[in-house]
Amino acid sequence: MYDALTQSAVWRVKTPKSGLVAIALAAIVLALAPVAIGPGSLRLLVEVFTMIALAQAWNLLAGYTGFVSVGQQAFIGIGAYGMFAVALKMGLNPFSSVLVGGIVAAVIGAFAALALFRLRGPYFAIGTWVLAELFRIFFINTQYFGGASGLTLARVLRGIPRDVRLNTTYWLALALALGSTLLIYLLLRSRFGLAVRTVRDNEASAESAGVNVWGTKFMVFVLASFITGCAGAILYLNTMFVGANAAFSVKWSALIIFVVIIGGIGTIEGPIVGALVYFTLREYLSDFGTWYIITFGLVAIAAMIVAPQGIWGYVAGRFKYHLFPVEAEISKDLPR
Amino acid sequence: MTGLIDMLVQGLLLGGFFALSGLGLSLSFGIMRIVNIAHGDFLVVAAYLGVVITGLFGINPIVAIALIMPLMFVLGWGLQKTILNRAVDGGELSPLLITFGLSIVLHNALQEIFSADFRSLDAGPVEVASLAIGDIRIGWFALSILIVAVLVYALVSWLMRKTTFGRIVRATVDDPEVSGLMGVDTKKVYCLGMGISMAIIGISGALYGIKSSFSPLTGGDQLLFAFEAVIIGGMGSIWGTLLGGLTLGIAQVIGFSIHSGWGAFAGHLVFFLFLFLKPSGLLSKGDSHV
Repeated sequence: MYDALTQSAVWRVKTPKSGLVAIALAAIVLALAPVAIGPGSLRLLVEVFTMIALAQAWNLLAGYTGFVSVGQQAFIGIGAYGMFAVALKMGLNPFSSVLVGGIVAAVIGAFAALALFRLRGPYFAIGTWVLAELFRIFFINTQYFGGASGLTLARVLRGIPRDVRLNTTYWLALALALGSTLLIYLLLRSRFGLAVRTVRDNEASAESAGVNVWGTKFMVFVLASFITGCAGAILYLNTMFVGANAAFSVKWSALIIFVVIIGGIGTIEGPIVGALVYFTLREYLSDFGTWYIITFGLVAIAAMIVAPQGIWGYVAGRFKYHLFPVEAEISKDLPR
Repeated sequence: MTGLIDMLVQGLLLGGFFALSGLGLSLSFGIMRIVNIAHGDFLVVAAYLGVVITGLFGINPIVAIALIMPLMFVLGWGLQKTILNRAVDGGELSPLLITFGLSIVLHNALQEIFSADFRSLDAGPVEVASLAIGDIRIGWFALSILIVAVLVYALVSWLMRKTTFGRIVRATVDDPEVSGLMGVDTKKVYCLGMGISMAIIGISGALYGIKSSFSPLTGGDQLLFAFEAVIIGGMGSIWGTLLGGLTLGIAQVIGFSIHSGWGAFAGHLVFFLFLFLKPSGLLSKGDSHV
């Protein structure tokens, strides 16, 4: 019998194709959607796609690396304000400005990490919320960024036909959702992904196995900040108006966390499933005002206690199926 | 010069409140390793309990504290017993996410019940009475909060260091498994811990409701202020939290004097400065475990 311990075993992840095929198919079908559906549905899909990206980024932090942020709104707001600032003040094309928004968020995330990583365990989570509040108060009191009345993109979008604007925003959101899913998927299947999960499972033993714990967490945090910043920029490109109270609201983190918990934390599929469940519920229940948020929150709390693996975790466990397998196994192929 | 001394005094008085509220937060982390993200929302819940109790019995909110504290104790005990004890063995992640979920549920539910309007508890003339020392006015009520904070600190410190209960708690914190083998019912210790933490949130919340206006949405800020008091003071040290609260109070008063919008900002900034320059806080661990 093959004994993994006596051979120089190879870390491999099985069935590598299914996820890539799924992403390619989704890309083709969804990219063509603007031909078939109206502006209202396009705007909704922009929200769905950005939520998938936001949830993937948070899941990379909490589900795979093991550190929770409740301050993701910091990077949503910074991405949005970064994008609005370069588009309005420097005259850069608002669509290209989305990337700038993401980069600004990543840079600020890198600096913030230097301070926030000094907070141990769950205190890190509240630290990220302080970061968001710091920026909210800054933007609301700074007239250069519109102060309490916020900023509007109307002036720079005036020359662009409505169809072009809607479709480009849609494609940006689609690219971000698929791109972040693919990037995180490939990342987690690499050596780096193995390091990431080792850090989550036990920082001390990761360190002793030669993993650079601080560096690994730093890279993950900066990447998550970048994705979240891009998502924030696209969200507010979609609405064409940004105000600090809404952009830096803790509601964003609440939604992201509920989506990932209900969908299935620590799986690539979970954030997608959770986002679809959330938007389906929202379409039907939003007439009930805040009650649907309360219900969603209670379901998430119940899920944490009785079914912490979430919807996808349950499905995957039940049917032994992963669309995006990332857990490494010892390969049966002997190295030749 | 008088202006500077005045700011320092007002900062200390404000800080007394942050210190009191911060103690509730640091106790639940110290004992159960639970960071209660719903801390601020429970503070607001206590303030609304004050609204209900003063409305029902027509009593002064200061008297109502005698009812609010035991009610919050029971709420804390129940929360730990029914929900958090099930999550506490699964690492730090799940209690954190559960209290975050609770926070969102609580403030939305409070908004449904009490509307988003701002309220305040009216304690009568004691709220505005003040003591003048030269040009500096010291509010009696703010001074009483600071005194109450110091008394509660002394009480908790005594409870943890000198009593059998404190010894059991410290043993549970050090090693829950071995304490369990020695016959300690750790889950019950956690229930008591959460109860005490919530009773302190109860008195802080009632005083908060008298001192300032509140709405269902002001809980988030209160969590952050309590948290900053804990971190600036140094994690794991109760007396540190008191100093941290006072530091935060002074920072906020100075920020507020520059422009009314920048009070909380200055506090957040000082918090980040501490993380960069002195991450272990004013008094770091070693002095006490809880």
